[in-house]
Amino acid sequence: MTTLHEPGAAAGPRTGRTRRGRGAPEGRRGAPFPLLVPGLLALAFLLLPLLALLVRAPWRSLPHLLTSPEVWQALQLSLVSATAATAVSIALGVPLAWLLARTDFPGRGLVRALVTLPLVLPPVVGGVALLLALGRNGIIGRWLDAWFGITLPFTTTAVVIAEAFVAMPFLVISVEGTLRAADPRYEEAATTLGASRFTAFRRVTLPMIAPGIAAGAVLAWARALGEFGATITFAGNFPGRTRTMPLAVYLALQNDPEAAVSLSLVLLVVSIAVLAGLRDRWMTGA
Amino acid sequence: MIRSMRRTRRMLQLTGAGSALLMALGACSSSAGSSGTAGKPEEPASARLSGTVTVFAAASLTESFTALGKEFEKQHPGTRVSLDFAGSDTLAANITSGAPADVFAAASPRTMAMVTGKKDTIGTPVTFVRNQLEIATVPGNPHGVSSLKDLTRSGLKVVLCDKTVPCGAAAQKALDASGLKLTPVSYEQDVKGALTKVELKEADAAVVYRTDVKAAGDGVEGVEFAESSKAINDYPIALLKNAQNTRAAKAFITLVRSAEGRKILNQSGFLTP
Repeated sequence: MTTLHEPGAAAGPRTGRTRRGRGAPEGRRGAPFPLLVPGLLALAFLLLPLLALLVRAPWRSLPHLLTSPEVWQALQLSLVSATAATAVSIALGVPLAWLLARTDFPGRGLVRALVTLPLVLPPVVGGVALLLALGRNGIIGRWLDAWFGITLPFTTTAVVIAEAFVAMPFLVISVEGTLRAADPRYEEAATTLGASRFTAFRRVTLPMIAPGIAAGAVLAWARALGEFGATITFAGNFPGRTRTMPLAVYLALQNDPEAAVSLSLVLLVVSIAVLAGLRDRWMTGA
Repeated sequence: MIRSMRRTRRMLQLTGAGSALLMALGACSSSAGSSGTAGKPEEPASARLSGTVTVFAAASLTESFTALGKEFEKQHPGTRVSLDFAGSDTLAANITSGAPADVFAAASPRTMAMVTGKKDTIGTPVTFVRNQLEIATVPGNPHGVSSLKDLTRSGLKVVLCDKTVPCGAAAQKALDASGLKLTPVSYEQDVKGALTKVELKEADAAVVYRTDVKAAGDGVEGVEFAESSKAINDYPIALLKNAQNTRAAKAFITLVRSAEGRKILNQSGFLTP
């Protein structure tokens, strides 16, 4: 995220040249034309669809829709499960990121590649993979069922698992990057002063990389909130238990497009509120 | 969607290779469909069909329309049938927002009405097949499901299609008709989703179409139930206004409705209307 500031700083000499050549406004405002046009196009491309959502939203029926118990149920479930998935991602992902950044073992590059796989995997494939692993008949799920009588599919836990599966890589990548950027000598100093490696991690490393964890957590949370494919494949779709907002949107689209637009709008507003609120506070500092 | 797109691409490659082969053979082979042109492929261009027919068909038609497409290309060398399979609602939405399709075969009159409502068809859609519900259970039917009522037993994990999609609406109709209340573990987004849960043995049973049970082969066991006759689904087919290849599209619809086409459709488990 620091890269956001770098162009401004690095643009010093370049803007100087532009100023001489074409009399562009001085300082950081002087954007060269070949960057300005595609940049603005990109902005329009990313924002236009969202604008369309706002324009086409059935504002009049919105209050009625939003107070319906089904929508509340779905929104609540979405928020709770995305938060739980983020918690799982932090609890397991931070240690994994540390292992990837601070230890050396054969095949680490491969492991790192595998960790990011859920990012590029079609979510439906992720859902099927989860079913094959944790389903009632899956390679692990079979034993869960036989020994403890636990079946995961079609439960809220399955929603959290599906969301954590697709969201955790965001956190791991973010934290690993921060760890690599952080100077390991602080930890080493702590250990030479008698702290155990875990204490050093807890007291020195963790506070140092907190902004990175926060940034990763926000990304993971946002990804979990939008998760659709793996959820419907692994957790199914039952109101109040596994029907999250994205599922509700998809199903509403089947016969009530207006409702789908309204639901999308809600999801959009919630996402923007959280991303904007947290981004300013945490992510720019990372 | 992803699945259907991948399938379509593979299909395009297949049909592409197939039609190239057919064109190469065209000069020396006589074809059944185009009478009078046998042996002379360059004869009256007006009598010969050519080009691509783009068919948007409901996901449940995947197997039978793939076969029908191959049959059409065999009967009309030089043509290509490009098939796009997805949920009827998705396809209808694509068509009304301008997707370049020649023929639309929907899994329900409601989804077809989405297209006719926007005046995107030529003529009136006709029902070409019907589909009946069936219960799909895991192979061997270990829970001894023999009727719709059996699905309401507690402890049985049943999946239904969501009420917003045709198979779910039909299942609800059958349940209502017999005064049964059923709480499934999940309302799936389409019939294949429901079937998959049974194939993977995550659910004990699902209410799907006969055609899906047939397509799943040994993966599931089909159980017919009496109430299914109260919720039979009509499949309408129509020529689209935006058709690029109207003549070939008409010929394709004729093939679908012919005795030969019916045979292929019946093999997949569809009923004659």
